[in-house]
Amino acid sequence: MANSHPRHAERKCTVRLAKASDIPQVIAIDAENTGISKAEYWEDLFERYNNRSSDIDDETQPKSVKRYRFFLAACDGDSVLGFIIGEVRAWEFGSPLCGWVFAIGVRSEIRQAGIGNTLFEALNERFRKAGANKVRTMLARDHTLIMSFFRSQGMMAGPFIELEKDL
Amino acid sequence: MKLQKATRCALFAILELAAGPDRQLSANEIAEKYGISTNHLAKVLRSLGRVGLVEAVRGAGGGYRFSGNRRRTTLLDIIQLFETIDPIRHGEREDGDDTSEGKALCQVLMEIEDTARATFASITLDTMIKLVDRGR
Repeated sequence: MANSHPRHAERKCTVRLAKASDIPQVIAIDAENTGISKAEYWEDLFERYNNRSSDIDDETQPKSVKRYRFFLAACDGDSVLGFIIGEVRAWEFGSPLCGWVFAIGVRSEIRQAGIGNTLFEALNERFRKAGANKVRTMLARDHTLIMSFFRSQGMMAGPFIELEKDL
Repeated sequence: MKLQKATRCALFAILELAAGPDRQLSANEIAEKYGISTNHLAKVLRSLGRVGLVEAVRGAGGGYRFSGNRRRTTLLDIIQLFETIDPIRHGEREDGDDTSEGKALCQVLMEIEDTARATFASITLDTMIKLVDRGR
């Protein structure tokens, strides 16, 4: 069966660019979901995705400034309920401009309350504003929970195939 | 890839019933819509009933009703009731499989089986019903 979490009532939240003060909670959510705590990874990602930019508030940045990388947090006050990260990329093996999602996490106790949907839609909206009209991701095929989530958002297999080999 | 007739009947029936969980449909009504044998469908519905995905409603206006959870039940859950979609992964062997060529062929076929399994396992009835609605 797809997952074992009961359905909750929709949970209200605000989605915004993640701040440095959110990162400890992001690390905790990821550690809870994956069983691996990787503080350095998330701090480095935040540094590369949000902190290097002076326009930290994407609501007030000038319209002429296009942002292509997004580390978003869904918050209720100071509490981080979930996060999503993605970027707009172009011309990898011929692929036109496209939004890539490569991380999403929601507190396990409030799954099935619409937080993932809200985060995904917020990221898609930013991708659209950046000029992308397609969103893409890559998942482990045995990660049924997250795969079912993206399927429920209407995502289907695309024209690219992941290949790899041992080195 | 091709699914067996019983699997297709089961998927059609369950999608039809899960799309309107409060309504009851007879085997005849479902069979007519999809152009399948009522007898065959009745057998399939009994199999789905045994695992609690549908229940028979007796009396006038009776029929079948969906009794599962459409957000939790995946296409793989249904398919596995009727067939194995990854026979090599399940140890099925054929002539020549012990040769180097046979092993290499099994490796490629298993890659395809694993992708098919992951696809079916990730699509819930709820997602499938949304997909059907988008195509209307």
